[in-house]
Amino acid sequence: MTQAAPIQTATARKQVSGSQALLEAFLTEGVDTIFGYPGGAIMPIYDALYDYGDKINHILVRHEQGGIHAAQGYARSSGRPGVVFATSGPGATNLVTGLADALIDSTPVVCITGQVFAHLLGTDAFQETDVINITTPVTKWNCQVTDASEIPAAIAKAFYIAKSGRPGPVLVDITKNAQLQMFDFEGYTPCEHIRSYRPKPIVRQEYIEEAAAMINAAERPFVLFGQGVILGNAEAEFKTFIEKSGIPAAWTILGLGALPTGHPLNVGMLGMHGNYAPNVLTNQCDVLIAVGMRFDDRVTGRLDRYAKQAKIIHLDIDPAEIDKNIKADVPVWGDCKETLPLLTELVQQKSHPEWLQRFHDGDKQEYEQVIHNELNPTDPVLTMGEVIKILNELTGGDAIIVTDVGQHQMVANRYAKMNHTRSNITSGGLGTMGFALPAAIGAKMGAPERTVVAIAGDGGIQMTIQELGTIQQFGMNVKILILNNQFLGMVRQWQQLFHERRYSFVNITSPDFPKVAEAYGIPGQKVSEREHLRTALQTMLEHDGSYLLEVMTGKENNVFPMVPQGCGVAEIRLS
Amino acid sequence: MKQEYTLTAYTENQVGLLNRIAIIMSRRKINIESLNTSPSEVEGIHRFTIVIQETEEMVRKLARQIEKQVDVLRAFYNTGDEIVWQEMALYKVPTDEIAEKVKVERLLREHGARAVVIRKDYTVFETTGHREETNNLIKVLEPYGLIEFVRSARVAIIKDSRGFHEQLAKFSSEE
Repeated sequence: MTQAAPIQTATARKQVSGSQALLEAFLTEGVDTIFGYPGGAIMPIYDALYDYGDKINHILVRHEQGGIHAAQGYARSSGRPGVVFATSGPGATNLVTGLADALIDSTPVVCITGQVFAHLLGTDAFQETDVINITTPVTKWNCQVTDASEIPAAIAKAFYIAKSGRPGPVLVDITKNAQLQMFDFEGYTPCEHIRSYRPKPIVRQEYIEEAAAMINAAERPFVLFGQGVILGNAEAEFKTFIEKSGIPAAWTILGLGALPTGHPLNVGMLGMHGNYAPNVLTNQCDVLIAVGMRFDDRVTGRLDRYAKQAKIIHLDIDPAEIDKNIKADVPVWGDCKETLPLLTELVQQKSHPEWLQRFHDGDKQEYEQVIHNELNPTDPVLTMGEVIKILNELTGGDAIIVTDVGQHQMVANRYAKMNHTRSNITSGGLGTMGFALPAAIGAKMGAPERTVVAIAGDGGIQMTIQELGTIQQFGMNVKILILNNQFLGMVRQWQQLFHERRYSFVNITSPDFPKVAEAYGIPGQKVSEREHLRTALQTMLEHDGSYLLEVMTGKENNVFPMVPQGCGVAEIRLS
Repeated sequence: MKQEYTLTAYTENQVGLLNRIAIIMSRRKINIESLNTSPSEVEGIHRFTIVIQETEEMVRKLARQIEKQVDVLRAFYNTGDEIVWQEMALYKVPTDEIAEKVKVERLLREHGARAVVIRKDYTVFETTGHREETNNLIKVLEPYGLIEFVRSARVAIIKDSRGFHEQLAKFSSEE
């Protein structure tokens, strides 16, 4: 293998191909891992990659959707942008779900797609598709490059845009001629400023002061936090803020882990399947302080019954989120890494014991009516909750939990213990079934020192099960926990509750999952009895390498509490 | 209450930006009634002028979504009384008809129209003004056998704007 060309400086020009320039740019950006799949229109880039094997690790996925979900997992566990290669046409269109997922969940991902030769654009050439226009609504930014000399600047912009401000996915579509073309490479300069793009709004001190005054006067203040805290690397600043102000804090599912789940001021999960107290007390607080969250409909329920009594303080980096769903009385524009310390300085040291007690009272009610039975069932059939409980005991709350979408996701989010940030990786906004397995692959690559457990249902796992091949080929260590209730459980739950038990196409059969894993060289087992559950989970976690554990759970178990669609948060049902 | 708003966006001149802005509307099933892109007072900066019927709350959100696009510098929205606006219209009529009837000349003058092209077979008139004015001339010319009519998008100047030169200087210097 030949050595990769060194980075050229402006004084030492060198003729390189567009493809080489791309990979040189990656090295400067610190890219160590690419998730990709080759094809005709991206072959020159793959040819150049052949010479970079000692510097850049390329993971050959089994489907481009798996590639982008892996890149998302990588970005979420590491905080660095995930990088994806795909070819033109179907390769590129297979990225669309992941792009939409990354956009709505603010995940920095840089996608490079090959494109047909520039002279063939618009001719319906083989594997030509209009990738730019297809991906425009699902990217933070995208562009097409048709000349090699444009590649360095386009890549610099791509990385800068993906990771700055509110992060998101970007896509650069490079025509084959540009990949092949030799040009005078003047070195790669990362982008630090784009005049039309303001990643962070300017912090306005008057709003900080107004917010602090409102918080200091509050009797029942309540903090809601989202992924903004994690994306802003502001976990410590956030913790200092709530500890000084003594305000109870509840999380959106993307905010889970930003504050350890065991923290005394962490009062649990918001939203449709969140905890009872934070939902009910949303409508009883006097000041609601939202930090890096966007008032998604799954969090707010019916808007005209949401926190009407409260003054709203909204901290967000994205000005378009302020007043989008909930009108803010005080908009605190800015990066919470900057705004939280300013706020902390002005808020009084306080505690709110009586107010906090009301959360504990609600928790007690929820524990008695829901949690106790979920975690300590007397019925011989296993519950998802008890699986998570034992998993917590075995990991101590130190693992990265990657979830798919559905009942298991809500149960895992509700009950998983998390001591560290960047421990919860899930498809929150888009609700993409099939996310967990490939995202777990990426999460492990992004945080190799941590235990990564992918939790999926029997439905979701089958959407991207081919990525077991990626795990096999690259000898990865990912724990795969399938919670199998033999149904598309969340849809079944809705059909039971809202469609008179008309179970329309939610009955799903599955292959013998451990056998499928075995075919991929991954050991595994299936458990349906309580007495074997702990040992099986322990075997999975202690195995040196990937392991698949399938746990059979109650077929018609439901996830409660639940705020039914169209209801206010205070109408949360415990059964 | 829905009413007419004019959105003005200062942007980079980039391929694909028109689509990014258009889908902000189409995603919400909002019809664009008029759309114009042109250079602005600042070299290299383009200006979008978009007319829609919406509530103020929605148009404020749309402006923020537009401004959120990487290649957009600023977006504003205004009601009709906050702007000076014009639309241009072209009318093609048979030259014989026009030539025979002298009073057409007077009608055109009344409507501030002028002849752009006069050929043996047809004449093209142009007028500029508000929607009502360009519509009125259609009615006037219809009896003379209006062959073709076309109206441009709205262009608008914001009354209390000081232009974009100062703003751009800020954008270029700030991190």
